[in-house]
Amino acid sequence: MPAIATTRPATLAARSVTKRFGERTALRDVSFEIYGGELVAIIGPNGAGKTTLLSILAGIQAPSAGEVSTPGRKVGWVPQQPAIYSKLSVAENLRLFARLEKVPDPEAAVERMLDLIELRERSDDEVGRLSGGNQQRVNVAIGLLCEPAALLLDEPSSSLDTRQRERLWGFIGALGERGTTVAYSTHDVAEAERYADRVLVLADGELLFAGTPSELERIVGGGARDFEAAFVRFLDARGH
Amino acid sequence: MRWLLVKDFQILRRSPLLVAILVIYPIALALMIGFALSSPPGKPKVAFLTQVPRGHGTIHLGSQEVNISGYAKDLFESIQPIVVHTRAQAVADVRSGRALAALIVPTDIPEQIQSLVTTGVGSPTVQLILNTNDPVEREFADQAIQARLDDVEQAVSKQVLRVAVADLQRVLGGGSIQLLGQSFRLLGLRNSRALLRRAIAGLPPRSPLRAALGQVVGFADLAIGGLAFASPVLGSIGTPLTVDETELSGQTTPAATYAATISVIFSLMLVTMLLAAGMLALEREEHAFGRLVRGLVSPGALLAEKVLLAGGCATAAALVMAAGISTFVSLEWSRFPLWVVALALAGIAFGALGVAIGGLARETRAASLLAFMLSLPIAFIALVPTAAVSGTLKSVLDTVAFVFPFRAALDAANNAFSGTAPAIGWPLLHLLGLALVFGALARLVVRRLA
Repeated sequence: MPAIATTRPATLAARSVTKRFGERTALRDVSFEIYGGELVAIIGPNGAGKTTLLSILAGIQAPSAGEVSTPGRKVGWVPQQPAIYSKLSVAENLRLFARLEKVPDPEAAVERMLDLIELRERSDDEVGRLSGGNQQRVNVAIGLLCEPAALLLDEPSSSLDTRQRERLWGFIGALGERGTTVAYSTHDVAEAERYADRVLVLADGELLFAGTPSELERIVGGGARDFEAAFVRFLDARGH
Repeated sequence: MRWLLVKDFQILRRSPLLVAILVIYPIALALMIGFALSSPPGKPKVAFLTQVPRGHGTIHLGSQEVNISGYAKDLFESIQPIVVHTRAQAVADVRSGRALAALIVPTDIPEQIQSLVTTGVGSPTVQLILNTNDPVEREFADQAIQARLDDVEQAVSKQVLRVAVADLQRVLGGGSIQLLGQSFRLLGLRNSRALLRRAIAGLPPRSPLRAALGQVVGFADLAIGGLAFASPVLGSIGTPLTVDETELSGQTTPAATYAATISVIFSLMLVTMLLAAGMLALEREEHAFGRLVRGLVSPGALLAEKVLLAGGCATAAALVMAAGISTFVSLEWSRFPLWVVALALAGIAFGALGVAIGGLARETRAASLLAFMLSLPIAFIALVPTAAVSGTLKSVLDTVAFVFPFRAALDAANNAFSGTAPAIGWPLLHLLGLALVFGALARLVVRRLA
């Protein structure tokens, strides 16, 4: 695994994290660091442990062994399926979670988020009536209400069409530019190459690689027509 | 069609909770109904005291004696008698719960019956002492004793009538009677009339006795005609025993009030359990549970919120219902604060049970179905009078009724609405305890929602 040459302090870190569910080991001795303002994609085949790793970083699950380091409650969490109330309006959902997050000025936070996700004109619509893409934007906005230092997203674009994906990644990219650390899992390797500063490759609970997409392509060597092909060859070479 | 069936069976196979409910529920209901139909009605334990001295239980009717003490054994067919020897002992047995009721036959009952059947004046009265505050149970004991007393009364009445009618027949037709150990022959009205007619026929035509004896024959005609109707008339006369009831437990709830209380508590239970179970399961269906318990709200606080929501709504609905019912049935408005306390605590206990169900079922529809299906047998079991069953079944029903909030809620509301026994303290404590237990259970199973 290539070393990460940086002197920046880590915003998120995992040290020898292992997670077991009975006999099955979902994560095995996983260690990495993610730095301020970075966009990191966690990629890997199905069942690699991506969601488990993110949920441990988010504090939803505890590791069986090892430890994680996060900036306290300032970690925003965006689950794969929109965790919002379909019978409440966009503004009501934002207001509810702003109050639960104990945001100092909930109304100002709601206004800020409505502008950020560009749903001001739909603020009084029930969330259940919104498209999947718009629901996902509300879902992400709730994760950002506490102005987190780090935002964790579990397959945020999985249910979106191409145009909605573009808008979502533009939105997430802007967060990174503002200094928010973003870590997300995805099945779409091309999306990881395009939007991530670095990728973490997980397979069968093991962290196989942490580095930039071009570093992974270099490891694989020439001949791969694109990053996706390089990724598949990388997994094949390691028996996954 | 075939493949759709296969698919549906596969889905059912992967929904073990739903399948378990579908299988267990009808079996449980069938067992309950089967037990209810096949088990003979239990005999209430009744302390029995007869104050009539041995050998004094007979009444004299004309030429015959009727021993009314012999009828006591009929009474024992529908009760489990606990024979006692003093009134104090009878009252103590009822007060301690050893007996559901006490039946006291006073010293003067033979004289009262004798007086009633010979002179029409008399009030034979037995005393019934009860100590149950459950109107259903009281009704059960009351009916078991009253029905058997009616049988005793009818048997005595029949015997009295048999003797009276036999004596009347002798007055009409003549015959022999035993009196003071000697046999006497009675002439009878019909024979007397025939003799008189023959005597009149033998008198000279101008005899002054003809008119006088003619009057006697006329009287005999009237008496024969009148007494011929006497037997059926006597047969329709009853000699009702009066039952003097005493309640040791103080004022008990009238049946109508009790029925109203049951309907209020049943509605409260349904609303609370459906709402609590459904709303908790909804958190999972909206995928919000994980987000909420990730530091925003503790699982305990989330459960408490659902219990308060469901309990609060159901309490408000139950109060409105009780207020509406009070226009038809007597409920004590002066005890309104106790209405609120009893219904609110019942709502909290049912709410805690509801969130436990919601945590177990996880899906809104499954949770609602489970809550609804559970509520029916919970109410049914709590309403079975414990005196109506016996042995192991009684212990099982008592245990089930104790571990679910319906009976405690009913007792609390019953007292709150009408001020009747039992006191409200214990049912409220019971409800509080059940709320804590079901709350702890819900706290354990709520992890399944994550």
